[in-house]
Amino acid sequence: MSTVTPVTTTPPLTPEKVSAASTAKKKLTSPWASLAALIIAVLWTLPTFGLLVSSFRPERAIKTTGWWTFFSDPKVTFENYQAVFDPDNINLADFFLNSIVITLPAVIIPLCLASLAAYAFAWMNFKGKNFLFIAIFALQIVPLQVTLIPLLSLYVDMGIANTFWTLWLSHSAFALPLAIYILHNFIKEVPSSLIEAARMDGAGHVAIFFRVLLPLLTPALAAFGIFQFLWVWNDLLVSLTFAGSPEISPITVQLSNLSGTRGTAWHLLSAGAFVSIIVPVTVFLLLQRYFVRGLLAGSVKG
Amino acid sequence: MFTTASTTADKLFQMFAAILLFAAVVGVILFIASRVAGKRDSFVAYLYLAPVVLMLSVGLLYPGLRTIYESFFNAAGDAFIGIDNYKLILTDSEQLVVLRNTAFWVLFTPFLATGVGLLYAILVDKARIESVAKALVFLPMSISFVAASVIWKFMYEYRPDQGNVKQIGLVNQVIVWLGGKPVQLLIDSPLNTFLLILVMIWIQAGFAMTLLSAAIKAIPDDIVEAARLDGVTPWGMFRFVTLPAIRPAVIVVLTTIAIGTLKVFDIVQTMTGGRFDTSVIANEFYSQSFRSANQGLGAALAVVLFILVIPIIVYNIRQLRRSEA
Repeated sequence: MSTVTPVTTTPPLTPEKVSAASTAKKKLTSPWASLAALIIAVLWTLPTFGLLVSSFRPERAIKTTGWWTFFSDPKVTFENYQAVFDPDNINLADFFLNSIVITLPAVIIPLCLASLAAYAFAWMNFKGKNFLFIAIFALQIVPLQVTLIPLLSLYVDMGIANTFWTLWLSHSAFALPLAIYILHNFIKEVPSSLIEAARMDGAGHVAIFFRVLLPLLTPALAAFGIFQFLWVWNDLLVSLTFAGSPEISPITVQLSNLSGTRGTAWHLLSAGAFVSIIVPVTVFLLLQRYFVRGLLAGSVKG
Repeated sequence: MFTTASTTADKLFQMFAAILLFAAVVGVILFIASRVAGKRDSFVAYLYLAPVVLMLSVGLLYPGLRTIYESFFNAAGDAFIGIDNYKLILTDSEQLVVLRNTAFWVLFTPFLATGVGLLYAILVDKARIESVAKALVFLPMSISFVAASVIWKFMYEYRPDQGNVKQIGLVNQVIVWLGGKPVQLLIDSPLNTFLLILVMIWIQAGFAMTLLSAAIKAIPDDIVEAARLDGVTPWGMFRFVTLPAIRPAVIVVLTTIAIGTLKVFDIVQTMTGGRFDTSVIANEFYSQSFRSANQGLGAALAVVLFILVIPIIVYNIRQLRRSEA
């Protein structure tokens, strides 16, 4: 996206200031505005809450009564979570591990490669620079679907079909245009006097990159890193295409399979869903600011 | 190292090996760069760009062109059939349902998600618990589409209307409470497509809210103050101050959600698998390519997706240029 404005979700320090929105809100006179906000908040929370409650209810109770009866007849069990981790059954622990194994390199590899490229675009002069930059920028709009089948046959020819490499390479390649774009925008903002000063001191490109730019780049790296982390962790399409076998497929694939083959096994689906979202939700809660920044910067990906 | 890992140790070993391999590539590039005297800028630049150009050429450019080429071939990919695949997409009755559904998705999702997001952003602006209130609506954005689909499939769950059978899905229970009969929500078409669209709105409203809230907070105070001194009504404030000021952000949000919606696959795949007339282009691409083994048609569907994305992006860029000018 071309608007890379840093945005925080925390309210500003002076809450008594009048904003256009708060004036507009007064039209709905406060109680009605609060009620409308409350209704939206409830509608947006209730579906998740219902499944969360269900994941702790016994199988029989889930299948015969609605989750809202939990409050008049509370029965709590951890059996559903035990069941999804059962190695002979759903075996979610293995898929959870696969998700981690897939995600970490798929975040680190594009970050390393994109930093180098972004540095070259921002601070070096070479022939074909503009053309190359625009070409890479334009690749952002290619839908993943267009690339999947040829990539699959390419991986088969290379002899790496059904390995983690297919996912690492695909996710890295798909991430590069956006990563380069975000990092380049950020590196450009670094005052050139800083770079010049380092050059005067005799620092080469390598030293400038590590000593001057990398420390300044941390927020951008974090923003893109978290964005890419969640993107890869939550991905279904790429994994379904390249990681068909259970040895390497991530948790999203297993959950999707479960929904397809055992669509009414709600005791398993509810617990499985929450195991799969625990990581992204934790990342989101801890690093909300960076996540939002990455999201604002990278929303056209995919 | 390039085999299918099956044990935990294998997997972790491969993971670290992959990271180290790419770290080594970067290390070698930096080493060569440091050896080359500082004067040869362009050589170092090409060196820095080499891995990226290689990966993008092999991972995006070549496969993209290859798919366009294959879209003119038959199911097995061995006979040239011209534009027959595209003709099929535009005339076959099943494919027309797919196009219709895709149109429903792209027409409804962006506007409804943006509407809810904007309304909520305004309602909670400067509220005491603003950040908590926002987090509630934003949370669906961070979870996978698969998990979101499971959550909503449970909401839509249907139990037959007989004797002692109780509804376990909240939506049908509400229908029963209101005196109605339970409905097979995910089977009746085209109702089911709209219920799937609702899931996408649920996910995207948080995104719209976050961007628009940021835009609202960026409106200069003196403009708001001046309008207030002029005695503008709250509705006038929204119509003539807030909305024009956040227009660029609204367009970014609308187009971004539209592009995301066009490519929606996970929701349809997880909730109905594309059955009961709910398929959309991105899902049909997957079914044709991998389930029906119709390579040519799958490729053509992917290309159609690509073609449909382009006008949205062009519109977005034009509008942004205009607002910057």
